[in-house]
Amino acid sequence: MSATEIRKTYKLFIGGQFPRTESGRYYKVSNAKNEVIANMCLASRKDFRNAVVAARKAFESWSTKSAFNRSQILYRMAEMLEGRKAQFVDELMQTGMSKTMAEKEVRLSVDRMVYYSGWCDKYHQLFGTVNPVSSSHFNFSMPEAMGVIGVIAPESHPLLGLVSVVLPLIAGGNTVVVLASEKHPLCSISLAEVLATSDLSGGVVNILTGKSQELHTHFASHMDVNAILYARADAKEKKTMAELSALNVKRSFFYERDWYRADAENPYDILDFQEIKTTWHPIEQIGTSGAKY
Amino acid sequence: MSIQSKKSTDKKVKATKKSIPAFEWKYAPAPESTDHIDIKPQYELFIGGKFVKPATSEYFETTNPANNKVLSSIAKAGASDVDKAVKAARKAYAQSWQKMPARERGKYLYRIARLIQERAREFAVIETLDGGKPIRESRDIDIPLAANHFFYYAGWADKLPYAFPNRKPMPLGVAGQIIPWNFPLLMAAWKIAPALATGNTVVLKPAETTPLTALKLAELIQEAGLPEGVVNVVTGFGDTGAALVNHASVDKIAFTGSTPVGKYIQKAIAGTGKKVTLELGGKAANIIFDDAPIDQAVEGIVNGIFFNQGHVCCAGSRLFVQENIASTVIAKLKRRMKTLVVGDPMDKNTDIGAINSAAQLKKIQHYIQLGQQEGAEIYQTDQALPDKGLFCKPTLFLGTSQSHRIVQEEIFGPVLTIQTFRTIEEVIEKANNIPYGLSAGVWTDKGSKIFNLSNRLRAGVVWANTYNKFDPASPFGGYKESGFGREGGLHGLYPYVQFEH
Repeated sequence: MSATEIRKTYKLFIGGQFPRTESGRYYKVSNAKNEVIANMCLASRKDFRNAVVAARKAFESWSTKSAFNRSQILYRMAEMLEGRKAQFVDELMQTGMSKTMAEKEVRLSVDRMVYYSGWCDKYHQLFGTVNPVSSSHFNFSMPEAMGVIGVIAPESHPLLGLVSVVLPLIAGGNTVVVLASEKHPLCSISLAEVLATSDLSGGVVNILTGKSQELHTHFASHMDVNAILYARADAKEKKTMAELSALNVKRSFFYERDWYRADAENPYDILDFQEIKTTWHPIEQIGTSGAKY
Repeated sequence: MSIQSKKSTDKKVKATKKSIPAFEWKYAPAPESTDHIDIKPQYELFIGGKFVKPATSEYFETTNPANNKVLSSIAKAGASDVDKAVKAARKAYAQSWQKMPARERGKYLYRIARLIQERAREFAVIETLDGGKPIRESRDIDIPLAANHFFYYAGWADKLPYAFPNRKPMPLGVAGQIIPWNFPLLMAAWKIAPALATGNTVVLKPAETTPLTALKLAELIQEAGLPEGVVNVVTGFGDTGAALVNHASVDKIAFTGSTPVGKYIQKAIAGTGKKVTLELGGKAANIIFDDAPIDQAVEGIVNGIFFNQGHVCCAGSRLFVQENIASTVIAKLKRRMKTLVVGDPMDKNTDIGAINSAAQLKKIQHYIQLGQQEGAEIYQTDQALPDKGLFCKPTLFLGTSQSHRIVQEEIFGPVLTIQTFRTIEEVIEKANNIPYGLSAGVWTDKGSKIFNLSNRLRAGVVWANTYNKFDPASPFGGYKESGFGREGGLHGLYPYVQFEH
C-alpha cells in the first residue's frame, strides 16, 4: 500500500516567519490541466503593512552588513536553490512548462543568484567616484541602499522573474516586500524556503501571494516604502502606482523585460535602487590659522 | 548713508544693555557699480533662436527686492508659447543637435562657459539686482560656478561612453527644465549644461521673480551661435511651468523647487513615460560635537543658515549642539551674528541681502511668529533693517523640539532652530526623523565619528567640518522627499541619457 501524500500548505513569508494571511482569505491555484493544486493565501493590505514593518526592521542590519558578507549570503541562496532543483522544476512544470524549459528557468535562476552575489562587493567601485573639486576638499560619492522596496514581480516566469527583480535590490542592501505571480505562485513562495535556509536575516525579503489589483495601490501609497518596482504590463496599474508614488516622492520603476536575455542581469538594476551620497571634508585646513572650514 | 549711522547709534545704546559684549563694525559703503549693466525695459521669449513676443501679449514686472523698483517687463508665456518652444526644441533635436558630432557639441558648451566668464561682472550685478542676494555671493559663487558647470560638462560631451561601462548612452530628446529663484543663473547652468552635453535640447522656465539672468543667458547663447532652438527660454508663472510639464512632446522634466510642486509634477507625469528628476526642499541637520573646532563650526553654522538669506534648499536649518558645549556655541554664535551686515545687496560688505519676494518674506515672518507661539525662545540681533525693500533679521530659535513645526518644515529663510543632544545615537535618530534628506553637516575632529555619521545620515550630501560647498564635479541631490536624481559630476549625466538595448 502506497503512503498517502503529505500536501504542503502554502503560506506567506514575513519577517522570516511563515504566517497565514491575517485576513483568512485564500484563492485557488490550478495547474495547467485546470486541477486545483493549492489554496493560496490572498494577502491583505494588513499583511502588506506587516511585511513593510518587518522589512524596515531588517533594513538597518542588512544595509550595514559588510558587502562581502551579503555576497556570501546570496551565494548561499544559489547553493540552496541548486540543492532543491527538482522541487522547483516540478512546480514550474505544473504551470504547463516543458521539462526542458523548467530546467532552464531553474538553472538561470541559480546563475542569476551567483551573478548578483558577485556584484555585492563590486558595484560601489563601479558607481562610486572621487570627485576632483576645485577647492581644497576631499570629496567622494558612494551608492547607498535606498531602503524598503515594494516589488510587484513579473506574472510570467514565477521563479526567474522574481529572482531577477529581487536579487539586484538585496545585493544593494535594500529590503524587499514582493508580491508573487498571481497565477503561478507556487515556486515563488517555495523560494521562501530557500531564503529561510540561506542565512538571510528575517525580513530582508518578504513574499506575499495575492492580487496586484487589490494591493498595488497600497504598495505605492505606503509612506514608509522608499521605492517601488512594478514588473507587469498593466498600463492602468502602472499609472496609478506612479501617481500615488508622489505622496512621499517614492522612486518608481517599471520593468518589462525578457528575463531570459543576457542583459536582463546587469549592475544598472542595482544602481536604480541606490542613492548617491556625497561627502565633503577639508584637506589640512581645519584647526589651522584663520577661519577656513 | 546717514540712515545707517543713525541706526548704528541705536544699536550701541541697546547693545550696552546686553550681557554679551557688543561689537561695533563700521564699514564705509562699498556699492558695486551698475553703470555697465544693460537691462532692457522689456524682454521677450527666447524661442527657436529668436526673441519673440508672447502670443498672450501679456507682460509681468520683475522688481529689485532691495528697493521694490521695477527692473524690467517680462513676457508671460502661455500654453501656445510653450508649445512653440517645445516644437522648436524638438526640431533642433532632430535636425541639428542630435546629428552634430559630440565633440562639436562640447565646443558650444565651452563657448558658453567662456562668454559667462567674460561677462561675469554684468551677470553678477543683474543677479543681485533681480534676486536680492549679496553681490559678494553672486560675484564669488553663483556666476563662477555657473561658468565652471558649463566647462565641466563641455568636456563630457565626447566622452560619454566612458561614463557608462558596457552601455551605449543615448539622449532622451527634449528636456523641460523648471528652475527656482534662489540661484537663478547657477540653476540654469546645472540644468542646461548636462542636458546639452548628452545631446538633448532644452526648454527652460525660470522663476517669475528672477528671470533676468536666464534671459541674459539666452542672449549669450545667441551670441555663442548655438543652432536655433537648442535652448529655449519661456518666462512666466506656475501655469507656464505646468504647460511645460504637461506637454506631450517633452521627454524629460527636471525640476528644482519646493516639495509640494515636485509632488504635483511627479503625479502629473505619471503614466506618460517622461523621465523626471526632482531637487526639492530640505531641512538639514547641522551637528556640532563637543570635540569640534568650535570657531570653525560657528562659521559653518553661519554659512549654513545665513548664506543667501537662507534661501537654500540644503541650508543647515536645524542645528544640533552637543549639550555640554551648547552654551559656548550659542554665545559665540550670537556674537558672530551681531557682526553680520544685513542690508543693501549691492554693497560688497553685505552678508545678508534682501528676501527674494514679498510672498517669501510673509512666509518667513509667519514661521517666526509660529515659532514663538509654539513656545520656542527667539533671538534676533538688534541691528535695524533698511527702511525700503524686503529684509529679515537673522533669527535663532532656542529650546525647540522635534515636534515643533519650525523644526519640521522648510522655512527657506534666515531662521535657525537649535536643539541639544547627548549621544550619537540620539542625534542620528533626530537628524533622520524628518521627511527630507537633502544634506547634513557634521563637526568633529574625530575621523571615525565623521564616517559613522556620514554613513548613517540619510542625506544626499554630507558636509563634514564644512558646509554649503558646491562644485560642478560633485553630485548634488536628495533622499526621501528631497527628491531624486543627481546634478553635478558623473552622476549628473544619468538623468539625461537612456541606454540603447
